[in-house]
Amino acid sequence: MNIVVLVKQVPDTAAERTLSEADHSLDRESADLVLDEINERAAEEALTLKEAVGAEVTVVSMGPDSALDAIRKVLAMGADRGIHVCDDRLRGADVVTTAQVLAAAVRTVADVDLVLAGDATTDGQASVVPAVVADLLGLPSLTHAREVTVEAGGVRAERATEHGEATLGAPLPALVSVTEKINEPRYPSFKGIMAAKKKPVATVDLDDLFPDADDTGFLVTRTRVVKAVPRPAWTAGIRVTDDGSAGRRLVDHLIAQKLV
Amino acid sequence: MPDVLVLVDHDGEHVHKTTNELLSAARRLGTPAAVVVGTPGTAARLEETLARHGAVRVHAAESTEADEFLATPAVDALELAVRESAPAAVLVSATADGKEVAGRLAARLDAGLLIDAVDLDSSGVATQIVFGGSYTVRSQVTHGIPVIAVRPGSFEPQEHPEEAEERRLVPPPIDPTASARVTARRAALAGDRPELTEASVVVSGGRGVAGADGFRVVEELADALGGAVGASRAAVDAGYYPHQYQVGQTGKSVSPQLYIALGISGAIQHLAGMQTSKTIVAVNKDPEAPILGIADYAVEGDLFEVAPSLTREVVARRTGG
Repeated sequence: MNIVVLVKQVPDTAAERTLSEADHSLDRESADLVLDEINERAAEEALTLKEAVGAEVTVVSMGPDSALDAIRKVLAMGADRGIHVCDDRLRGADVVTTAQVLAAAVRTVADVDLVLAGDATTDGQASVVPAVVADLLGLPSLTHAREVTVEAGGVRAERATEHGEATLGAPLPALVSVTEKINEPRYPSFKGIMAAKKKPVATVDLDDLFPDADDTGFLVTRTRVVKAVPRPAWTAGIRVTDDGSAGRRLVDHLIAQKLV
Repeated sequence: MPDVLVLVDHDGEHVHKTTNELLSAARRLGTPAAVVVGTPGTAARLEETLARHGAVRVHAAESTEADEFLATPAVDALELAVRESAPAAVLVSATADGKEVAGRLAARLDAGLLIDAVDLDSSGVATQIVFGGSYTVRSQVTHGIPVIAVRPGSFEPQEHPEEAEERRLVPPPIDPTASARVTARRAALAGDRPELTEASVVVSGGRGVAGADGFRVVEELADALGGAVGASRAAVDAGYYPHQYQVGQTGKSVSPQLYIALGISGAIQHLAGMQTSKTIVAVNKDPEAPILGIADYAVEGDLFEVAPSLTREVVARRTGG
């Protein structure tokens, strides 16, 4: 089997994240960058499948030079090779462009059976890139999977969303996006970290992925931020220490605010 | 005025409230036109409600396959409706399903996509809240027909009766090698409580609830207020409450009128999922808990004392009139 895992490097959610003054894009300079947590679970799922049924696992990431760290981490976990899409022209790419680029990168891998991704990244949280990649590749998309089973020529997923659960099925090749509940990702071993340094990572840019594109300019985004305003600092609210009457006083307050 | 297409959320019998909200939003941009994707006969059952909330046209894409495949029938129907009616914008609900449809549609149309809009002005500028409330961003689409996923609960549904004209859409048959088939569905476990992301009151419990049994205190308060129950990641990881109720960075984002946090410390990942709530109440024994610092009303105290007393007071005031 050939499995491709899509991963993204994101700012650590345990730290404050800011937008740059200049163009309202994420201020990566001030952010602590990590492999996105849910993507890490997609990688774990790929490696579990590799152990169960045998597979070549290719990890793909689009991002600046630092994204190589995210790729190396998945290689250290046990993936076989990486593709790093790195091109300054992709700065500020929207969901559509991101998906187009990732789809083009997947196309460079021969005979893909399964594409795995996290169902959302913790920075944008748009949660739509995997389905768009699938649409562009003409693959079925089994999104928000909390359980994945690969069986003869097909894939089955248990899907969990706010509107309930469903069982999905599709023939391979297919794309599956996983929720953060699917597994617990492994830690890379020392041996894995050493081995990862020798594993091949192809660095590609837009000219490699779209050799036939005309040079009239690449459409990076189809939207524009008009204005970005940081949230005003928290102002202290009412603070009480319970002396047995807090419940009653709170109800009075909520009624006065027309919240009850 | 040009049409604004609204993808209808429904269960086959009834239009969901989210759709009536979208029809309100659509009226700011143009003439609301609903797109119903469902099994044969669905549009006829929904038409009266859609017309009453302002739909001037109802595009019906009906087929026996509509329920069998995930998202693709809606993407195909909207793509066809866009090509036939050249709308000013397409609006969908920013639910898991809606966002998926919106993304795929935008890619096929090579159009700009705005996700999780909480407001829209007449020029199509959308307000979004990013990084869990750290920034309010106003954005617009600069290329193609805007595809906008609107966060549930952001608009008031309004009655605006129209005579809806029905139109048939006949999308191509679904390619089963390019679409996921839905082989079974199970309803959410929410029971009688409102859906977490759509509720106007959310009561959440954290590690301080100290066990699955302790969540009864959270549920009783939620039920007294007619609200939904949420849980922090710490409570979910400890096995106190099921994952689908997790509020936070890797769970659900909620933005209710009233958010009550019981025994939640307020890790930044949790704040990211709830800090856009209009009013935040927090109860915590630990005076240093970060959530007390962002709450509009902070109670330093034992949740097992404060919450039941709050529940009793709410019930008493309600029944006492």
